[in-house]
Amino acid sequence: MTFFSVSGLGMSFGGNKVVDRVGFEVSQGEVFALIGPNGAGKTTIFNLISRIYDATEGVLTFRDQDITRVPAHRVARLGIARTFQNIELFENATLLRNLLVGRHVHSRSNLLSDGLFTRGVRDAELRHREKVEDVIDFLDLQRFRDKPIRDLPYGVRKVTEIARALCMEPALILLDEPSSGLNPEETEDLAFWIHDITKLRGITVLLVEHDMRLVSEVSDTVLAINSGRMLAIGKPDEVLNDPEVARAYLGA
Amino acid sequence: MTEVLQLLIAGLATGCVYGLVALGFVLIYKAAEVVNFAQGDMLMLGAFLALTFITSLELGFWLGTLCAVLVMAAIGWIIDAAIVRRVIGQPQFATVMLTIGVGMMLRCAASIIWGPDTRTLASPFNAGMWSIAGAPVSTTYVSIIAGTVILCAGLFAFFRFTRIGVAMQAASQNQLAAYIMGMPVKRLLSAVWALAAAVSTVAGVLVAPVSLIDPNMGSIALRALAAAVLGGFGSIFGALVGGAIVGIAELFAAAYVEEALRDVVPHLILLLVLVLRPQGLFGAVGRKKV
Amino acid sequence: MRVLFKTDYLIDVRWFADRFTMLWYGALLLLLAGAPALMSHYLLGEVSLVLIWLVGGLGMMLLTGFTGQVSLGHAAFVGIGAYAHAYLLKLGVPLLVSMPLAGLLAALVGVMVGIPALRLHGMYLAIATLSMATIVEQVFVRWESVTGGFSGFAMPVPSLFGQALDGPIGFYYLCLCVALGLFAFAVNLLRAPTGRAWIALRDSEIAAQSMGVHLASAKVSAFALSAFYCGIMGALFAHKVGFLAPDAFSPTLSIQLLMLVLVGGMGSLHGAVFGAVFIVMLPTGLSFVRDWLPQSIARQPSLEVGLYGLLLAMFVLFEPLGINGRWEKIKYFFSVFPMYKRATFVRQKAYMRSERLR
Repeated sequence: MTFFSVSGLGMSFGGNKVVDRVGFEVSQGEVFALIGPNGAGKTTIFNLISRIYDATEGVLTFRDQDITRVPAHRVARLGIARTFQNIELFENATLLRNLLVGRHVHSRSNLLSDGLFTRGVRDAELRHREKVEDVIDFLDLQRFRDKPIRDLPYGVRKVTEIARALCMEPALILLDEPSSGLNPEETEDLAFWIHDITKLRGITVLLVEHDMRLVSEVSDTVLAINSGRMLAIGKPDEVLNDPEVARAYLGA
Repeated sequence: MTEVLQLLIAGLATGCVYGLVALGFVLIYKAAEVVNFAQGDMLMLGAFLALTFITSLELGFWLGTLCAVLVMAAIGWIIDAAIVRRVIGQPQFATVMLTIGVGMMLRCAASIIWGPDTRTLASPFNAGMWSIAGAPVSTTYVSIIAGTVILCAGLFAFFRFTRIGVAMQAASQNQLAAYIMGMPVKRLLSAVWALAAAVSTVAGVLVAPVSLIDPNMGSIALRALAAAVLGGFGSIFGALVGGAIVGIAELFAAAYVEEALRDVVPHLILLLVLVLRPQGLFGAVGRKKV
Repeated sequence: MRVLFKTDYLIDVRWFADRFTMLWYGALLLLLAGAPALMSHYLLGEVSLVLIWLVGGLGMMLLTGFTGQVSLGHAAFVGIGAYAHAYLLKLGVPLLVSMPLAGLLAALVGVMVGIPALRLHGMYLAIATLSMATIVEQVFVRWESVTGGFSGFAMPVPSLFGQALDGPIGFYYLCLCVALGLFAFAVNLLRAPTGRAWIALRDSEIAAQSMGVHLASAKVSAFALSAFYCGIMGALFAHKVGFLAPDAFSPTLSIQLLMLVLVGGMGSLHGAVFGAVFIVMLPTGLSFVRDWLPQSIARQPSLEVGLYGLLLAMFVLFEPLGINGRWEKIKYFFSVFPMYKRATFVRQKAYMRSERLR
């Protein structure tokens, strides 16, 4: 079974080709990193995968299912979670409530039973809370549980983004520049978390990153992108030492 | 045929008024992303001021209108500088409620100062009839259309060729860049409000001979909103075209289908546009970057 | 400073976090239940009116305060509920059936409005709802066979299980039960996935989608539910005023509902209560103000409009969190006394964040 594959992916805004014939395969349980200079189209690829944008060409396959035209919320239910480069948390809610929204894919709610708060709804709430607490423990967010997001520092918000995605219990998680804004110590923690996410929880990680040390530390496969086109794909040391990639970053 | 032509001219005239009010909406929306729900009430206040200057102070039509425009522009500036500026950055709900509140206060003020009764304002173009293509057409309507066209041509030139006009466009397209370029963004925004108020005043003066002046005449703005949406909330041309379509559709529906439709047609148009083509005829669609 | 020591996840799920809060609310409930014995019939009528506005205010709060959809046309749903209820009563349908049916009819129209509204955001939604309400108002005026048009519609006396509720006491208890029931329903929704999805929708649509929230069904359900609440408000309102005319359901009513939400405190159910009290007390406040002003101004009928506008502007400028916000600030002051810092609630400078690109 193909766990996750992208083939011939293309995206144009107007006449501008932002993603040009990108194709790669991700195996279950691996850490796959996307690197490239700013504006290369990495976040656009993420937006295409999580179906915020519609691809103008190409095919996305997840667990042997074609998800190219599946709407965003369905894709979330199928098991793909993501974080956002510019934090998209729910500012006015507490951290806990933010994480509980992450449990939405596992709740079968309807207006009537929620309003009457039946036994089933109440038990489901307690179950969701347990799962959320598990993630809070994993990422050490206990102190911030009841604080509204707008009162939290940037680093904590980034971690909350990851926490919220983990609460979805996804099969594939897209991390968009998770280490930006984190200090070196927090980045080390992040490396351990990514390791635990894949090895302990069995979640496949797709990563957009600028921190090359982190990339070489955690990734199994690296894909380098520039101006929407693929430059190199392979093991971290191969790609990171590729002269084409270096030229793209430093500018020819 | 003459009837059609008459309806067309009348509809076009109404449409011009809608277009001018819509223009006020568009100016402020483009600059500050605020729909100014007090636009109609600014029109009303402008008309009343013109009435005072022209009749009570006996300044004559042209001088009186000019004074009214200047005073209203100042009032528009003050509304922005003192009130609306303070809610920049807050969610749209806040600004919606604020402009609604301001409109209500303007209505109350007008009612207190001039009384709630309806007034008349005689137009300098005496209510005569011209003959266009064999059809008798009221000169008032023609004056409305002509006045609108002249004003809009002037505004177009203003935005194209003067420094302030270009600066206003820049500030409305990208506030941060405008700040960085050293433009006094806040003052430019207030200037836009002043301009919108001035345009509404002209619209009020143009429409006064037809619709009479009373504190509630601001409700015309709701229909002008349809014109603004139809035009795409983006340009002078769009506002005018939108206004013309709404005005003409309104009159034709009332004449040929059912009189009751006159009040409903603008709203139907608005809903249809929003459902089928939210960006209107000439607007652009935007997308959030995540 | 009272510290709540949580030992059970249930504490965060339950209505009342601790005994203390529960007792306070219990006392309030007793007070409300015993109100007829404590106050005059006139005051009882006013409290009934507060409860009626509370029902509509809850609906409005759920839609605008929690789901972030601004609607300038909810007076239409109040009117639909009122006329539907009146018409059904005239046909002989019992009150207990007629009221929910009226609400459901309003909800149905709410769905019909909500579906095309899916593509509209912020400003455009507000404008569209305003137009919708204007059209509905015209329908009230023209559909004379059902609504009686301008000549109006006299309401039959409400009766429950054969007992006529024509006195203020009976009507008060009807309003109280309906308001309490709908309030409880709203509280439940907000602590369940439905409510969280709505709040997610308000704060970040894109993130909500990525978390599996079906935007369309969340928005439509918010619209439908708020329309239902407003429809029930209309039904009760119809009994209160006794005589229905189309101009009672004008944009002014929609503005009043929004004012209720804004002044009460966006994003909180308590805000709906505060807002309802505020709206009902306004006319009293107005007559107070009139006594102070010189005769020439006081006589103006549009003074009410001016006062509404002034209050609206004042609240937006100085207390955007509403009465509930002020209440929370006061509670916080006392809970950390004497270590309250004056800058606690100072608002940060905000820059214009474009909502054109959502």
